[in-house]
Amino acid sequence: MGGRDTDIVLLDENGIRSDGRKVNETRKVTIKAGVLKNANGSAYIEFGDNKILVGVYGPRDVHPKHMSDTNTGILRCRYHMTPFSVGERKNPAPSRREIEISKVIKEALEPALMLKQFPRTAVDVYMEILQADGGTRCAALTGASVALADAGIPMRDLVAGCAAGKAADTVILDVNNEEDQAGQADLPIGYMPNLEKITLLQLDGILTTDEYQKCLELGIDGCKQVYEIQKKALQEKYFAVGENEK
Amino acid sequence: MTNISIIDSLKKTHILELLKDGKRLDGRSFEQSRELSIDVGVIPKAEGSARARLGDTEVVAGVKVQPERPFPDTGDQGMLICTAEILPIAHPTAETGPPTPDVIELARVTDRGIRESKMLDMKQLVLEKDKSVIGIFCDNAVTDHDGNLFDVCSYATTAAINSCKLPKYEMKDDAPVKIEGEFIDPPISTLPVSVTMIRIGDYILVDPNMDEWSCLDARITITTNSDGNIVALQKGGSDGFTYEQLTKCANISIEVGSKIREIIKTATQGSN
Repeated sequence: MGGRDTDIVLLDENGIRSDGRKVNETRKVTIKAGVLKNANGSAYIEFGDNKILVGVYGPRDVHPKHMSDTNTGILRCRYHMTPFSVGERKNPAPSRREIEISKVIKEALEPALMLKQFPRTAVDVYMEILQADGGTRCAALTGASVALADAGIPMRDLVAGCAAGKAADTVILDVNNEEDQAGQADLPIGYMPNLEKITLLQLDGILTTDEYQKCLELGIDGCKQVYEIQKKALQEKYFAVGENEK
Repeated sequence: MTNISIIDSLKKTHILELLKDGKRLDGRSFEQSRELSIDVGVIPKAEGSARARLGDTEVVAGVKVQPERPFPDTGDQGMLICTAEILPIAHPTAETGPPTPDVIELARVTDRGIRESKMLDMKQLVLEKDKSVIGIFCDNAVTDHDGNLFDVCSYATTAAINSCKLPKYEMKDDAPVKIEGEFIDPPISTLPVSVTMIRIGDYILVDPNMDEWSCLDARITITTNSDGNIVALQKGGSDGFTYEQLTKCANISIEVGSKIREIIKTATQGSN
């Protein structure tokens, strides 16, 4: 959307994208739950070339104290890109973009969490982008859900994240960095498959109402695929050898 | 913006009761926005300006134009930056100091609506490729706050940019020099307009005022262009939407947006 005109072919005549995927295919997603020793819950997620580490602390005492709420626990999120995660070194100080994404992810996770049970406490979610390649907010959200579940926070559902978008006049699933730069639209979605609720939604780029509908449908479908991988990651940690018949 | 007022629980109960009867606190229908008035050219020293008032929420937007060195990756395009801030005169809880995440979101959503709609043809704003381009800065100052800042900033920005005059520049010895007294119209291709809706329970309300805003479950801001296409979206609030609700919101935003676009057009006519 931004950037210069490029001559990258985003979609060839056989409907294959620049990284070899079909239009309705996500990148390879792998998630591992419980990768940090000190955090109450954690997850490592690879979403294509995105590499993200998430740590969850809490419920714990709130500092500064004035932030605490006597009616409910509060959720605090920090989305942060390491300086080496992108082509040109990123200033480690939190940018306005990172502050906005932190807020959007927080509001995407809140509907899933039952924090009323922990008044006067905070749950802190730290998402560290070790390598970025487009779609980091969806990947970070996906990893954060798994880390929160790993921390044993009561949840109504997991939130799965996946973007849809438009490139080369075609609606595509899971927009990568190249497609984000040279494409026409990017619509990141956060979705709770069991509750059928969309909790994260943003868009930049131009879509007709038809394309918007298609993107929503395709994106929700992508989230459902990601959801299965999230559940598998938790099963692998908690129902490993011996506990399952298989 | 969420914690701006501690609405007393009585008022909240009242709002919810009214919604069940299909009514709103100020008598509007669910899909009706508050009265919008726009004046352009209110700040003559700015190259473009607008005061937008939506109900009791008011914003003054000013456009300043100056030559800039382009970003290395976009040397073939002009520069566009929109910001927003809530002045301390706007509300008792508004404070000076570094921007809160809410204000950062407001500024970024305002900017995104203009940028992604391609309202301005940035390719026409180049003085010399990779060396000097025209920078257009639109700064929004919230002067009175009664909820739904997203939309007021969007309308003020669109009106200010649509009514601005760009000074003419020429390159002399590798440096841009202003030609006094000569102006050109900005290369406008479309008028982006945002419509913010909140969900309270199963009800979708357009253009919430502050009282309604403090009861919201979830909100969504949808920006559309003159062709009736969607150009930007931002969901907020601590709950979600169903697919059906999002489809409904998109249709409302196009319908309400087209009415608002006419008001902006009328307000900026003659100035451009």
